[in-house]
Amino acid sequence: MAEKVNNRSVIFNPLSKNNPVVVQVLGICSVLAVTAKLEPALVMGMSVIAVLAFSNVIISLIRNTIPTNIRIIVQLVVVAGLVVIVSQLLEAFAYDVSKQLSVFIGLIITNCILMGRLEAFAMANRPWPSFLDGIGNGIGYTIILVIVGFFRELLGSGTLLGYQVVPQWCYDHGYVNNGLMILPPMALIVVACIIWVHRSYNKDLQE
Amino acid sequence: MKSLKKYLDKIKPQFEPGGKLHAFQSVFDGFETFLFTPNETSKSGVHIHDSRDSKRTMIIVVLALMPCLLMGMYNAGYQNWLAAGQTEFPFWQLMGYGFFSILPAIVVTYVVGLGIEFIVAQWRGEEIQEGFLVTGILIPMICPIETPLWMLAVATAFSVIFAKEVFGGTGYNIVNIALITRAFLFFAYPASMSGDMVFIGRDSILGLGFNLPDTFTGATPLGQIATATGATQIVNINGEVTTLWDMFLGLIPGSFGETSTLCILVGALILLSTGIADWRIIVSVFVGGVVMSLIANWTATATYPASFLSVGEQLCLGGFAFAAVFMATDPVTAARTTVGKYIYGFLVGVIAILIRNYNSGYPEGAMLAVLLMNVFAPLIDYCVVQANINRRLKRIKA
Repeated sequence: MAEKVNNRSVIFNPLSKNNPVVVQVLGICSVLAVTAKLEPALVMGMSVIAVLAFSNVIISLIRNTIPTNIRIIVQLVVVAGLVVIVSQLLEAFAYDVSKQLSVFIGLIITNCILMGRLEAFAMANRPWPSFLDGIGNGIGYTIILVIVGFFRELLGSGTLLGYQVVPQWCYDHGYVNNGLMILPPMALIVVACIIWVHRSYNKDLQE
Repeated sequence: MKSLKKYLDKIKPQFEPGGKLHAFQSVFDGFETFLFTPNETSKSGVHIHDSRDSKRTMIIVVLALMPCLLMGMYNAGYQNWLAAGQTEFPFWQLMGYGFFSILPAIVVTYVVGLGIEFIVAQWRGEEIQEGFLVTGILIPMICPIETPLWMLAVATAFSVIFAKEVFGGTGYNIVNIALITRAFLFFAYPASMSGDMVFIGRDSILGLGFNLPDTFTGATPLGQIATATGATQIVNINGEVTTLWDMFLGLIPGSFGETSTLCILVGALILLSTGIADWRIIVSVFVGGVVMSLIANWTATATYPASFLSVGEQLCLGGFAFAAVFMATDPVTAARTTVGKYIYGFLVGVIAILIRNYNSGYPEGAMLAVLLMNVFAPLIDYCVVQANINRRLKRIKA
């Protein structure tokens, strides 16, 4: 083994210290788009975990045979193939959610996290660490997605995963759902708050 | 006054470094400088001191807002009496009704906003900044009278934290804080911020005023136009025609403090004579509004009913005049160069009328126009400064 990578840090670093969304600031577009409700956010997160893990493994397996000057095309083909599989699976087994996510499953292919991890990690590492790296980064992404989705659905619709959480009693006494939470700007502000809290706990990340 | 000063001087050492209550130094300092002009002098060099610090400036703006606030109180009562079908309007009862309907809103915004300011100042170990003095009174004045208090509290907290404190506090904000509060309310709780149910006080307060039936509706003039087709006659809540004079005086339904153009002009006089607001901005906002209204009149179609409004009506209705005098002139968020002020003001006026006329989703565009131009103000300044540099460079070369 040429380069020794610590499997533990490969999978746990992206969860917080090197989180793809709040530290690397990748994949923001989908965070804005799919987090108005918790359920699509969860499904989106799981799709990204699957695509990221398996594309990392595939690219890592064939990394020594890819000519450098066409490597992006090869990576894209692999990711595209996996995205189509995920998209078909969703349409077959979770049609409603795939309707809600609409184009964004297809757009996983352009998600910066994927190309970033393929270029930065899978091209230079063995399959098993690459697989862990994909899982770790996918989970890091999903955590943020779920947190944002949780607050946006709770405050914007008063529900969680479609179940009514805010009691009717509150509505009877004048509580109103916050319509701004459903709109994309609020996703940015929630992400900003997460970054705020995250950085105040991780002083070394502060600039 | 003397005894107050003595008391403050007596307890002051406790707040100095090493004192028992040092943690609350910024709170003490805030109160002391609020009540008395600071007596500290500089230790070195020659400095010219002026008693006009930012606290005095803020207080003058608050004074300039008083005519609008008083008129808003009267109008709040007037609309309630009118809606209840009364024909006599006892002045003090009307004022009392308005006073008690706005007081909770003012208290809530000040408590929430100043509370956050105090906490942040303590936390950072800075002096308390006084910017919220004006913001706190502006917020209730630009909201409908029936805005629920908890919404005001949420919106105030949101805008003080996200539009002000994260940028560094008073003087560092990019956009107007009072308008961010209103924009937050408008987008988060549209049902409570627009429509025909919220602009007239519906309940009697402390025996003053009348309880209106749940089915009662009273749309603002701009609200009526937004739902009309073609040129339309603006009416008051009893269906009588509203004249331009009523609009100028402010006896129309609307957000609390912005209905009376007359009182806004009085406020403008105070601001201009004390040199706090810049006449260039106020004038160019009105010029922009007039130009856009004329263009709209000229190309008026039934698809956009607001384009039939005359120039006078456009300037008197809604928050246009209020935004021109109190919002666009905010020295922190407006353009700073002289030429930039003309451009900035003109575009505020144009965009306000443009949104009002051609976007039926937003019956009032002044809020969005000022916010939009706040964002562009630094760019305008940059362009003006660069153009100036280039012109002078050319002169050197020639």
